[in-house]
Amino acid sequence: MKNRGYYGNYGGAFLPEILVATFDELEQAFENIKTDPGFWNDYEALMSSYSCRPTPLTFAGNLTREFGGAKIYIKREDLNHTGAHKINNVMGQGLLVQQMGKKRVIAETGAGQHGVATATMAAKFGFDCTIYMGEVDVARQRPNVFWMEQLGATVVPVKTGTRILKDAINEAFRDWVSHMDTTHYVLGTACGPHPFPEMVAYFQSIIGTEARQQILAREGCLPKRVYACVGGGSNAMGLFSGFLDDPVELVGVEAGGKGITSGQHASRLSSKEASPGIAQGYKTYFLQDDDGQMRETHSISAGLDYVGVSPILSHMQDQGTARFESATDMEVVAALKLTLRKEGIIPALESAHAFARAFKEAPSLSPEDAIIINQSGRGDKDIFTVADAVNDPKWKEFIIGKAAEYNA
Amino acid sequence: MLEAYIKERRKSRDILLMTHIVMGYPSFEDSFDIVTQMVEAGVDLMELQIPFSDPMADGPVILTANQNALERGSTVQRCFEFAQAVSTRFYIPFLFMSYANILYKYGFDRFSDKMDQVNLKGAIVPDLPPEEGDDYIRAMKRNTLDPIYIFSPETSDERLAYVSSFASGFVYCMARKGVTGRETAFSEDLATYLSRCRHATALPLAVGFGVKEKADVDYLKGKADIAVIGSQTIRIVEENGVAAAGDFIHSLL
Ligand SMILES: Cc1ncc(COP(=O)(O)O)c(C=O)c1O
Repeated sequence: MKNRGYYGNYGGAFLPEILVATFDELEQAFENIKTDPGFWNDYEALMSSYSCRPTPLTFAGNLTREFGGAKIYIKREDLNHTGAHKINNVMGQGLLVQQMGKKRVIAETGAGQHGVATATMAAKFGFDCTIYMGEVDVARQRPNVFWMEQLGATVVPVKTGTRILKDAINEAFRDWVSHMDTTHYVLGTACGPHPFPEMVAYFQSIIGTEARQQILAREGCLPKRVYACVGGGSNAMGLFSGFLDDPVELVGVEAGGKGITSGQHASRLSSKEASPGIAQGYKTYFLQDDDGQMRETHSISAGLDYVGVSPILSHMQDQGTARFESATDMEVVAALKLTLRKEGIIPALESAHAFARAFKEAPSLSPEDAIIINQSGRGDKDIFTVADAVNDPKWKEFIIGKAAEYNA
Repeated sequence: MLEAYIKERRKSRDILLMTHIVMGYPSFEDSFDIVTQMVEAGVDLMELQIPFSDPMADGPVILTANQNALERGSTVQRCFEFAQAVSTRFYIPFLFMSYANILYKYGFDRFSDKMDQVNLKGAIVPDLPPEEGDDYIRAMKRNTLDPIYIFSPETSDERLAYVSSFASGFVYCMARKGVTGRETAFSEDLATYLSRCRHATALPLAVGFGVKEKADVDYLKGKADIAVIGSQTIRIVEENGVAAAGDFIHSLL
């Protein structure tokens, strides 16, 4: 362990001894590609031919008029192949796995987007693939489970702990400590031991680099604020990376769940309820009790339902270089409905957190200002959750009818 | 001092036994009962695990025990009280085993002061490698407590030497890759690895992960100083009840 990857007080590599050699190898491989100019070209070429990059920056004229403040732009990560920003990281790590000569990939997944992206990459590159997913998430994201399995991956429902994202990460680590010779763990967000936070942010920076060029081309000036939802922090880091040296306010939006006072949320940086801790191999703000036991989290969106957060964002919070807010489940569903009606765009429930906050702030900005919302993914995957949230009777009829067909 | 204790005890014994429990599983009363039987059956050292919500290095058996203990109200405070109770009652060395966050949250200094106060001798913290351990090591050494470090079959010779430079008491050698509670092949490879470990340090060697019956313990004689029984005691207690713990230890000797 040469470089341990600290961002102020956060980050590090709190590794069990058995994984130290594997991380040394990974860090070396990552250093090699970072200094190889050909690698990024290969990566961009792959992403433009396989995943619709550069993704568009869409001007949301109707929403802009609706709020009567800043001009609202949407960065369309939903138009990526597999429907979310997760593929940016996954294809990058896939190229890395090819270079390392490993033949099997494993991943955790919450919403299932990262799992689908990893299964897709594995199919394309010819790797064996196992996805760990909390039992609760398997139940709420069945369409993604279906596709992962169709893509040839084995999906393992995780029945331990809180049975959501963090528990899937623990299980993936347990697999890795047994099979690191053949296997690479494709961590899905900018968390975990060094070099993962840096590496995932590196691949996701393609979002911010494009967005900066696109808004300059369109508006001739930088945006006033940019908004991204924050689960582990990878789409936020991706967007923010483009504007780190600019006078642009970076706003991360966490899951407010049923409200901060309800205790049922995943607001690590925007509430006072989290504190620094060490788990899952790194140091960051965690939602934990006084003994250091991780607490249960809640969000309507599986992808934001996580106890920790990127150490890079924790550092930005301490430094005041980014601002963190939260949006409740109810606000999120309202923002989703409005975006559908006004723009014909379906944000993922995760992404809709960024929309909800931007909608709150847009009216108080000047019509001269522009803001960018990162639409990290598309909402089709959330059809069951959204149908319940909007309480659609025809959908229920359809499901009941379908169930009757299967029962017949 | 663990090192001196182990070396002294080894003069009359081919191999020592260290066992492991999760404090508060199945209950604190049962935990006490299990410790009593184990000490009476001749165990030489014991690891007392403070349960953690996310025990990354543990397999299903110990993981489930951690969860159950937490659900039944095992807290760090109660674990310290338990440790004090057993270390007052029994004259073998007790160590803590837990994950970094438990110590970090408590404060490394305060944690080691408290360990010293309740007469614990050392700690095993699998997710706190020496590179991340400055504050921990300083706090432990200040109280002359031993931070127990871990060797793995994946550890290079160079790194064995590096890790050794921080170790005191004894070194914990993982017998294989993976998490706790799975089968281990007691083979030539293991012997070769253990001789690498032996070259890297003059400290006593403990071997754990997959040690579960007399044949395994016998295999380790002459190759290591301490055989560590982890998941298997939990399994035995789950299957045959608390009263089976003592007989199980007898069966290993
Ligand atoms: C569409 C979408 N957005 C956001 C996230 C949250 O992850 P991150 O904070 O790493 O971007 C997820 C995670 O599953 C997701 O699927």
